[in-house]
Amino acid sequence: MKEATSETAGVPRARQMLELAGWAAAAFARYDRASVMRIAEAVARVAESKAEHYAEWAVRETGFGVVEHKVLKNQLCSRGVVDAYRDHDYVTPRVDADAKMLEVPRPAGVVLALTPSTNPVSTVYCKVLLALLTRNAIVVSPHPFAKECCADAARALGEAAVAAGAPDGVVQVIDEPSIPLIDALMTDERTNVIVATGGVPVVRAAYGSGNPAIGVGPGNVPVLVDATADLQRAAEKLVASKAFDNSILCTNESVLVVEDSVADRFVREMERHGAHLLTAEERDRVRDVVFPEGRFDTTTVGKDAATIAARAQVRVPARTRILLAPFDSAVDEEPLAHEKLCPVLGMVRVPNAQRGIRTAVAVLRIGGAGHSAVIHSRNAETVMAYAAAVRVLRVAVNEGSSTGSAGFGTHLAPTMTIGTGFLGRSSLGENLEPKHLVNWTRVAYSTDPAEVLPSFEGMVPWEAPFEAVPPYPMPSNATVSTLTAMSSNGAGSGDGGSIELREELRRLILEELTAIVRG
Amino acid sequence: MSFDYGDFSYASKAEMLEKSREFWNPGKTDFWVDAGVPLVIDRREEYYLYDMSGKRLLDVHLNGGTYNLGHRNVEVVQAVTAATAHFDIGNHHFPSLARTALAEALVTSAPPGITKVVYGSGGGEAIDIAIKTARHTTRKRKIVSIIKAYHGHTGLAVATGDDRFSKLFLSDQPEEFPHVPFNDLGAMEEVLRGGDVAAVLIETIPATYGFPLPDPGYLESVKRLCERYDALYIADEVQTGLMRTGELWAITKHGICPDILVTGKGISGGMYPISAVLVTERAAGWLTEDGFGHISTFGGAELGCIAGLKALEICSRTETRSMVHYISDLIGRGLREIQSQYPDWFVGIRQHGVVIGLEFAHPQGAKFVMRSLYENGVWAIFSTLDPRVLQYKPGILMRPQLCEDLLDRTEVAIGQARSRLPRTDRHTSPRLRTAVPA
Ligand SMILES: Cc1ncc(COP(=O)(O)O)c(C=O)c1O
Repeated sequence: MKEATSETAGVPRARQMLELAGWAAAAFARYDRASVMRIAEAVARVAESKAEHYAEWAVRETGFGVVEHKVLKNQLCSRGVVDAYRDHDYVTPRVDADAKMLEVPRPAGVVLALTPSTNPVSTVYCKVLLALLTRNAIVVSPHPFAKECCADAARALGEAAVAAGAPDGVVQVIDEPSIPLIDALMTDERTNVIVATGGVPVVRAAYGSGNPAIGVGPGNVPVLVDATADLQRAAEKLVASKAFDNSILCTNESVLVVEDSVADRFVREMERHGAHLLTAEERDRVRDVVFPEGRFDTTTVGKDAATIAARAQVRVPARTRILLAPFDSAVDEEPLAHEKLCPVLGMVRVPNAQRGIRTAVAVLRIGGAGHSAVIHSRNAETVMAYAAAVRVLRVAVNEGSSTGSAGFGTHLAPTMTIGTGFLGRSSLGENLEPKHLVNWTRVAYSTDPAEVLPSFEGMVPWEAPFEAVPPYPMPSNATVSTLTAMSSNGAGSGDGGSIELREELRRLILEELTAIVRG
Repeated sequence: MSFDYGDFSYASKAEMLEKSREFWNPGKTDFWVDAGVPLVIDRREEYYLYDMSGKRLLDVHLNGGTYNLGHRNVEVVQAVTAATAHFDIGNHHFPSLARTALAEALVTSAPPGITKVVYGSGGGEAIDIAIKTARHTTRKRKIVSIIKAYHGHTGLAVATGDDRFSKLFLSDQPEEFPHVPFNDLGAMEEVLRGGDVAAVLIETIPATYGFPLPDPGYLESVKRLCERYDALYIADEVQTGLMRTGELWAITKHGICPDILVTGKGISGGMYPISAVLVTERAAGWLTEDGFGHISTFGGAELGCIAGLKALEICSRTETRSMVHYISDLIGRGLREIQSQYPDWFVGIRQHGVVIGLEFAHPQGAKFVMRSLYENGVWAIFSTLDPRVLQYKPGILMRPQLCEDLLDRTEVAIGQARSRLPRTDRHTSPRLRTAVPA
């Protein structure tokens, strides 16, 4: 009997989380901008202050990546995100006088966020903040490999949000994610939008759910270094980017395409920064380790260069950060031309930039369509030709892709969710940002010149919450003393009871005072 | 249209009502037809009931909280259905798997001091058990209750309530069952002073009396009086428990640890009848002295315990608690808005969480409103023992849109009821006898 019921265990309660999120979203959608920003800032502060804590935890739990790099990602996805959007307003109605249009923001409502094991906490941070900036409630469903750090982080952010005045239930998290459970949540009509970051199956399932979804495809990032590139700078950027978090980001460079005339010099520059060029024989052993029998071995995900080299029985200098694996042509049957998610960088030499562009296109034919590409070049025409040819939606120029394509170090939107657009079977062609989680009701006046657009100056339909949301239920005949007593008696008085109490007291005292004044 | 329910069927609703009169209960059958609420509940799901005619009703009566979690709550149904593959009612003489499991869950959920659970099959029986337990513990007989209280119709419980129900069956026992006015501490102390009272039995908010709220400090003082005069405090949480006030047991909001706590109705999710009496160690003596002291074949039926475990788990979730806070806030605000439109007619809102009584300015006001609500697709019942007051009991898992829909319908119905008031004759009641407990 146990088996029969355990399959669906957790599903009804998870559905109830969506239900509660619906309540929270309805309340949150009435908040004014100042309150929203106060909440977002408070959450970002808490997130940033725990950046190290969760970076260590994530590495410990998943075995992926590099603590110090995860710290950086966590900082970028907390303070970085709020800094980027502090001056945007997703809350206040706006007027387009020329178009005779008033626009009123409509948050999505309940965001179901699927987060990956590779960038676990940073993605949680990022999605939670994007949701809060747009007055959405969010239910986070973390990847099972990273469920503990993500659940703890989501909970910490949720508590910070509520403490700053957000509605209870605005951030919730699934503790025990499973396929049937995620499937149930994705197809539940209380989910207003799914934001899926993760493997292909989960993204496809999101799109198949029947609910609005924003899912992104995998990357396989080519980087073209042409003869005009600043080789020194390019080498430094490329090695740092490839080594970043042990290359676990979908924006990490996968295959280096370098013009023959500068290739040797470029490789030497890279070696100075910690790249190790593999011999043909070493390359084959590394290939066998990362792609045994041609199939990617997920146990290499996010491992460092030394570990992979050791597994391949390749001796490398102590300070080696990435392994450079030369191969001849970017074709499907060459495993090294595929996405690697570890610090092994494929390398193809090409006779000229033209050929280099075609090779980058070939890399993207193998995988990563719609995602990211990089070019190091000082020739604008080559950059234009490259951009026009590669089937991706962002090209980082003279910058590392890991963070550059994710909007850190470039002016792309800072995010952990990279839209791969129609090219990459996604509804999102940009880096995920707050605007993607809010619709606008367009209030359109007649074009008839006789019809004048009124001034909506100073009219804001939202307001600051004046007490805990929801308020703690008190009997309608309560007095200040019952209130004090009941709030502290309440079984759950530990969770934010003091704030609730203070707010309730304020309200009641006010009411009593008004009653006295009225006589 | 004929109505086929498998093993039985009716040709029409009219035929059904006729048979109901003939074979079952003519008084009840006629009462509702006369009251303008000719409801024969057919299909039921979530917070909806469907009359045989197909008319849909949003249920805010919930049979006093029996359908707290909605009708045929999916999780409870699943739990019970799965359990039928293994369990039945069980044998009440033996240690029992499901009874023990639920007892442990109840004790864990209960206010401090509660250590054991005794089962009944309904609220009345549970009240009887509580009374017997108090008498055994204190070696005293008197049980004090509130005037207009309602604790069920079994042998002892009926004597604690309005004499309309006890006198009918010659079961009133005024000497052993003194009644005192609610919110009157003087009267309470008066009756306790003799030191011959075994227990005060009191609902945390008296439902059938229209949810008059205890004055601030009232229950707390009653508890202190009980301690002073060595009487037990029995909290009837049949209607106020199970998260309806935003905490699992309403009595805990008063900081009271009762000697005995009674739960029923919603405890088994409306799918299988059981009730439970939660007792402190002090009151649990008879369970050791003579474990067979109270015998009830169906008391704590195992299928009911399984339903109860699930219902208790759902009620106890933090999500549920938060939702109740949202629901009571939304409904409270909505009701106050409606009230501001009809201040002379809709004169009071008694609310604690989703335990709500609406007061109207007519001695039978709630009956008019009940009828208008019915016409507008909402089922809520007047308070038998104070028909000015409508009992308005939204479920604890209501969706936001359902709450909004409820408020819209309520606004219309309250307006309609007011316009139908017999102005000329404000103080004669409509042709309705007070009939039903909630
Ligand atoms: C407060 C209270 N106690 C006890 C009971 C009796 O329960 P039952 O009808 O299950 O015997 C009721 C029923 O309405 C009740 O409302």
